[in-house]
Amino acid sequence: MPTHDYIPHAAGYVDNDGPKIVTSRFPYEDSYTMERSEATGGYEGLRTALSRRPADVHTEVRDATVLGRGGAGFPAGVKWGFMPPGKFPYYLVVNGDESEPGTYKDRLLMERDPHQLIEGCLITCYALGLAQCFLYVRGEMALAQERIGQALNDAYARGYVGKNILGTDFSVDITLTWGAGAYIVGEETALIESLEGNRGMPRLKPPYFPAAIGLYGQPTIVNNVETLANLPWLMQNGADQYTTYGSETAPGTRMVAVSGHVKRPGVYEIEQGVTTFRDLFYGDNFCQGIREGHELKMFVPGGGSAPWFFPEQLDLPLEARAVGAAGSMLGSGALIVMDETTDAVKAALRLVRFYARESCGKCTPCREGTTWEERVLQRILDGEGRPSDIDMLLDIADNISPGPYPVAADPSQDLEAVPFPPKQTTICPLGPSSVAPITSTIRRFRHEYDAKITKRDTIPVSAAPMNAGAVS
Amino acid sequence: MTDTQDAVSTVAVTVNGAEIQANPGELLIDACERTGTYIPRFCYHPRMSPVGMCRMCLVEVDTGRGPALQPSCMLPVTDGMTVDTESELTRKAQDGVLEFLLANHPLDCPVCDKGGECPLQDQTMAFGPGESRFIEEKRHYEKPIAISDTVYLDRERCILCDRCTRFADEVAGDTLIHFMDRGNNTQVNTFPDEPFASYFSGNTVQICPVGALTAKPYRFKARPWDLEENLSTAWTDSVGSRITVQSSRNKVLRVLGVDSESVNWGWLSDKERFAFEALNSVNRITQPMARADSGSDLASTGWAAAMSTIVDVLTDVDPARIGVIGGARLTNEAQYAWAKLAKGILGTDNVDAQLGDGLPAAVVLGLPRATIADACRPGGTIILAGPDPKEDLGALFLRLRHAVVNDGATLIELTPHRTGLSGIAAHSLHPRPGELGDLAAAVVAAGSGTASDAAGVAADAIAAAAASISGPVTVVLGRASLAESSAAIVDAATALNGLADVSFLSALRRGNVHGALDAGLAPGLLPGRTTLADGGEAFAEAWGSVPESTGLDTAGMLAAAAAGDIDVLVLLGADPLSDFPEAAAAEAGLAGAATVIAIDTLPNASLVAHADLVLPAAAATEVDGTFTNLEGRVSVCEQKVTPCGTARSDWMIAAQIAQRLGKDLGIESPAAARAELAALSAVHGDLTEAALAAAGVEGVLCSGNGSIAEPAGSGSVDPANDAYSLRLVATRRMYDAGTTLSHSPSSAGLARSIELRLNPADFDKLGVEAGSVVQLISNKGELMTPVIADPGVPAGSAAIPANSPGANANQLIDASQPVTDVRVERS
Repeated sequence: MPTHDYIPHAAGYVDNDGPKIVTSRFPYEDSYTMERSEATGGYEGLRTALSRRPADVHTEVRDATVLGRGGAGFPAGVKWGFMPPGKFPYYLVVNGDESEPGTYKDRLLMERDPHQLIEGCLITCYALGLAQCFLYVRGEMALAQERIGQALNDAYARGYVGKNILGTDFSVDITLTWGAGAYIVGEETALIESLEGNRGMPRLKPPYFPAAIGLYGQPTIVNNVETLANLPWLMQNGADQYTTYGSETAPGTRMVAVSGHVKRPGVYEIEQGVTTFRDLFYGDNFCQGIREGHELKMFVPGGGSAPWFFPEQLDLPLEARAVGAAGSMLGSGALIVMDETTDAVKAALRLVRFYARESCGKCTPCREGTTWEERVLQRILDGEGRPSDIDMLLDIADNISPGPYPVAADPSQDLEAVPFPPKQTTICPLGPSSVAPITSTIRRFRHEYDAKITKRDTIPVSAAPMNAGAVS
Repeated sequence: MTDTQDAVSTVAVTVNGAEIQANPGELLIDACERTGTYIPRFCYHPRMSPVGMCRMCLVEVDTGRGPALQPSCMLPVTDGMTVDTESELTRKAQDGVLEFLLANHPLDCPVCDKGGECPLQDQTMAFGPGESRFIEEKRHYEKPIAISDTVYLDRERCILCDRCTRFADEVAGDTLIHFMDRGNNTQVNTFPDEPFASYFSGNTVQICPVGALTAKPYRFKARPWDLEENLSTAWTDSVGSRITVQSSRNKVLRVLGVDSESVNWGWLSDKERFAFEALNSVNRITQPMARADSGSDLASTGWAAAMSTIVDVLTDVDPARIGVIGGARLTNEAQYAWAKLAKGILGTDNVDAQLGDGLPAAVVLGLPRATIADACRPGGTIILAGPDPKEDLGALFLRLRHAVVNDGATLIELTPHRTGLSGIAAHSLHPRPGELGDLAAAVVAAGSGTASDAAGVAADAIAAAAASISGPVTVVLGRASLAESSAAIVDAATALNGLADVSFLSALRRGNVHGALDAGLAPGLLPGRTTLADGGEAFAEAWGSVPESTGLDTAGMLAAAAAGDIDVLVLLGADPLSDFPEAAAAEAGLAGAATVIAIDTLPNASLVAHADLVLPAAAATEVDGTFTNLEGRVSVCEQKVTPCGTARSDWMIAAQIAQRLGKDLGIESPAAARAELAALSAVHGDLTEAALAAAGVEGVLCSGNGSIAEPAGSGSVDPANDAYSLRLVATRRMYDAGTTLSHSPSSAGLARSIELRLNPADFDKLGVEAGSVVQLISNKGELMTPVIADPGVPAGSAAIPANSPGANANQLIDASQPVTDVRVERS
C-alpha cells in the first residue's frame, strides 16, 4: 500500500489517515476493474440489499441521513420518499455532470471506482422499485466515460446489471449518456432536459423536485455520484456504523477538493461536520498550510457559486448549517484558497466570466446581467473603470439576486454576516451564483476596486475601442 | 369562459390591497388583467403555454410563507394569496429586467417598423428606469436576415422571449426556428439550409414583442400611428378568421389576426394574412371591358355601354338559357342580391356558386352541423373525411391540432393520403380513391362489431379506428381530391351520420361559399337553407316569381353551353378553366356560350380567354357586408378603402342590371339586403344589426338545417378496379397558381411546381425512380411531371397537386367519372 500522500495513478487524490467510505479502493492501481472490485468486497452491498426488503433498504438510507453531495445537501432518503406511489415507471438519473469551478471529486470517483457507483445505483433502484437508470457523465470527462462504459459491460456480463440480477427477479438497465459540455446541465432539471435530447435549460419550478414530474414526465430521482457511492459501504456496515463518523446533522464522510495556494492541494475524504477549515488547510494530514512565505487572504468554501470566506471563518466546521449561517455554503465541496498575492478583482472576474459564459440564455437577468458584470469588471481591470461602476455592479447584482446577498461577517468594518441562501429573479441559481464573487470582494476589498479606478497609471484620453475580449 | 364563472366557486386574491375573485387554476397575470391590474410581460401569451423566461411579470406575492418575487405568468391563483404589483421590490425588479432587456437592444426605434406599437417601447415608458447605465458595446449581428421568403429576422432587436419559437413548436408544429448558442450569444435562427417555410410564419411577426421579426409586405410601409383599422373577416378561405384590416392613405397595408374565441384564436394562415396584396395589384380590373368580336382583345369601355350590352343579351332570352357560375367571393348581401336577380327577376335556376369541386348543398346544409368548438371538444373524436386542413383551411388546422395535442381529442383520418395532421392522428386510413363511402360504412359497421376489409384498408386497421371513437364525434367533411367525384363523400357522410352523437363541420374551401349556399346560389336552392319545392311559394310572393324547376349545376351548365343550350354565362368571380375539375369541359362550355360576362377583381384565365364583357368588382376590403364561415357563423366585413378605379360592389351591379331591365331589385344597401334576408330566411332570424354589433369578434351563429333533408347516399356504384392504372389524387395546396396568390408579390413565388408523389412500392412496377420525369396520361389529357417517393401515398394512387404553376391537374381529370385512372409512362 502506498504511503499517505499523493497517489500517482489517482492524480489529485491525497490518501490521508481518516475513515474511507468511498475511497477505499483508490490506493490500488487497478481499482476500476471488476477483478479488484470483487476482490475487495465489490457488489457485497448489493447482495446485502437484495437479501432485505426494499423498504428496509430505504429506511437504512434514511436512518443514516446520507446528505446529497451535489451541492444542496438534501438528505437522499427523504428525497426518495417524494416519489408519488404507483406512477410507474420511475427513473433514476445519476448526475455525473460535475462542473462547478474547483470541483473534481466525482471525476475521481467515476475514474477510480466505477463499480462502486454502479453498485450504488443498483441499491437505489432496488430500494425504490426502479428498472431503468441513466448515468449522465460530463462531456469532457473522457476517461470517466470510458471506465464506466467498461465497468457497465463487465457488470452486465457478470449478471450484476440486466435481467434477473444475481438470480433474483430484480432487473435493472443502466444507460450511460454524456453531455455536450454545459455547466448548467449540472442543475437537475436542465440535466433531464438534456437527457431528453433538448437544449440544456432548467425547467421552471414548481414542481420543485423531479420526483413529481421528471424524465419523460415520470417520477425521477436525480442523485449525485458521491451520494450513490456511499451506499455500498452503508449496506455492508449499516447506518449505526455510518453515523459514528461525522457530526449528528452531517454523518459520514465527504470528499472535498482543495485547490489554490496551499502546500498540498487535492481531493480528501474527510469526516463531515467535525473537520474545520483550519484543520483542512493547515493540518499535517491534509493541506499542510499556505504556501511558504505567504498568508491566507480569502477562500471559496463550496465551489464557485459560494460566497467567499476570509481568515475569520477558518475555525468553522465543514458543516452545512454552520457555514450557511456564516453566509456561504459547502455546496459541491470545492475549496479554492487564495493568498495575499491574489488580485481580488481579477479573481472575481475569473469566476464571473465563467458564469457569463455558462449562462444558458433562458431568462433575462442571467443572460444579460452576468455578461454585463463581466464586461464592467474587465473594463475596471483595463483601467477604464468609472467611480460609479462599483455601486452599479452591486445594483446589477441586486437585480439578479434581490435583497441582501449572503456574505461573510467582517469584524474590521463591524459588518454582520448575511446567511445563505440568496433570493433570485432568475429561474435557476446560476445567475445569483455570479453575484457571489462580486459582493464578497467589494465588501471586503473595495479599496482594491477604488485603486484600479482612481489610481490607475495612465488616464485614457483616446476613444479606444472597448475591450470585450478575454482576460489576458 | 365567462358563463362557467358562476358555476364553480372562486378564490379570493388580494391585489394591491383590494380583493378580487379569481377562477381556480387561473394564472395570476390573467386574473389581475381581467380585474384591471395590468402586469407587464413579454414572453407570456394567453394562447401559448407560459414559460416564465422574460421575468418581466415578477410581482411580490405572499402565499403565506412571506412575500417573495414570483413570475405571475407561472403562478395559478390560490385562496388568500396577497399580491403587490406596485411595491418597491416589484418596481425594482421590473426596472432591473427592463434595463437588462435594453442593454443589448439596439434602440433603433426611429427606423423600426414596430416603433409606435412596440410592447418593449411601451413598457419601457410605463415601467422602465428611463435611463440605461450600460455603456459597453452592444451585441452585433448581421441586420435582418431572411429566415423565409416572407419573414425577416433582426437578431439585434430580439429579446429572446421564446414567443416565435414556441408558436412554431406548440401551435403550428413547424419546428423550423429555434434557439441557438447560449448565454449572451443566444439567438433565434433557422437550421442551416432549412428556411422557416411555415404556412403560419406571419403569426410570429404579429406576436413578436419587438421589431425582430418583420414581414416583407409591411416592411417600411407605414408607421402605426398613420394606420386606420377596421374589424373584418378573412376572405381567402371559409374559416372566417377575424382580422383587422389596416390602411393608410386609402391603401390596405396590413392584415392582423384578431383573437376570436370561437374561430381563429388570433392566428391566421399566411394566405389569409398576406393575400391583401393582390387587392393592391396593378393588374386590378378598374373599368368595364368588352370584346368587339371573338377574335379581338378586351378593350376598355364605360359602365353605361357595358350595361346596355348586358340588357341586350338578357332581353328576350329563355331563362333556362342563362347561367350564373360562382359567387363565393361575394358578401352575403351581394349573394342575396344575385340570387334574387337570377332566380326572382331573370327566372333562371342555373345558378351554382361551387365549381364542381365542392359538395352538394344537401350534404353541407342537411346534416347536423358542428361548430369549430364542437369539433375541438376535449375528449371528443374528430373524423377527417376531407381535404388536408393545413393546406386548405389554415386556421382550422391550428384549432384541430390544439384539440388533439392539448385537449385529448382523438383524430381519425379517412383521407386519400397523408395530411398535415397525420403525425398526431390516432388512426390514418387511406381508402382507394372513389371508395371513401365503403370505408366509412366499414368503420361504422366495425363499431357495432363486424370489421371487414374495405376500400383497400385492412379489417384490423378499421376495427382499431372504430374502437378509438369516443365521446361526441365531429366529421370534418369535404372534397379531399378533385379527381374523385363528390358521390363517395356523400356516401361517406350518409354512413357516418349513423354514428352516435355525430355532427358535421363542412370543409368546403372557397371564401364565402357557405354564405352563397345560405343565399341560395345553388340549383334548386333558395335563401335561408330551403329548396324550391319547400320555399318556392313564399319566395314567389316576396320576389314576384321563382323558377319552376331545378336548374343545372356548374358541370351541367358547362355541358349545356358546349351543346349550344345556354346563351349567356355569367362568371361571378369564377375561373372554370383553372378551378373546374375538368379543363376540357370548362373550355368547351365557355367557348360554346354565345356571351360570357365576367364580374371580377383580377383577370383570370377564363376571363382573358373567353369573356365578352368584363365588369370590375369591388374587392373584400372595399365593400360593406357580412361573411358566413364554415360553421354558419356570420361576421362583419367592413369597407376599409374605396373601390379600385370604377369598380362597384357586386350587390350594386345586380341592382343596376335589374333596373336596366326595367325591374326593381328592391335593394339599396347591404343593410337592406341583410334585413330582407333575415325577414325571409328561416335560419337568419337572429341576424339583426343589434345582434351583429353585440356579437363583436365572435359573430352570430346561424344554426339549423332549414328545410334541407339529410342526404340518403349518392346511389352510385364503386368504380371498377383497373389493374394497369393508378388512381389519380389531386389535392389543393395552400400556395397554388390561383388568381389571388399570383397577384400577391410576396406569395406568388411560393407555389411549388407540379410533382407526382408515388408510393415507393409502385416504383418497380412502373419502372420509375425518385427524380425521374414521367408522363402522366389519362383519357382526358397528359402532362409531364417529376416523381417523388412518398410512403404517405398508398400504393396504387398517384398524387399530384391541383392547379400548380404551369401544369393543372384538371387537364387530366374526367369529371363525369367517379375516379380518374392515369397511366405513368417514362419519358
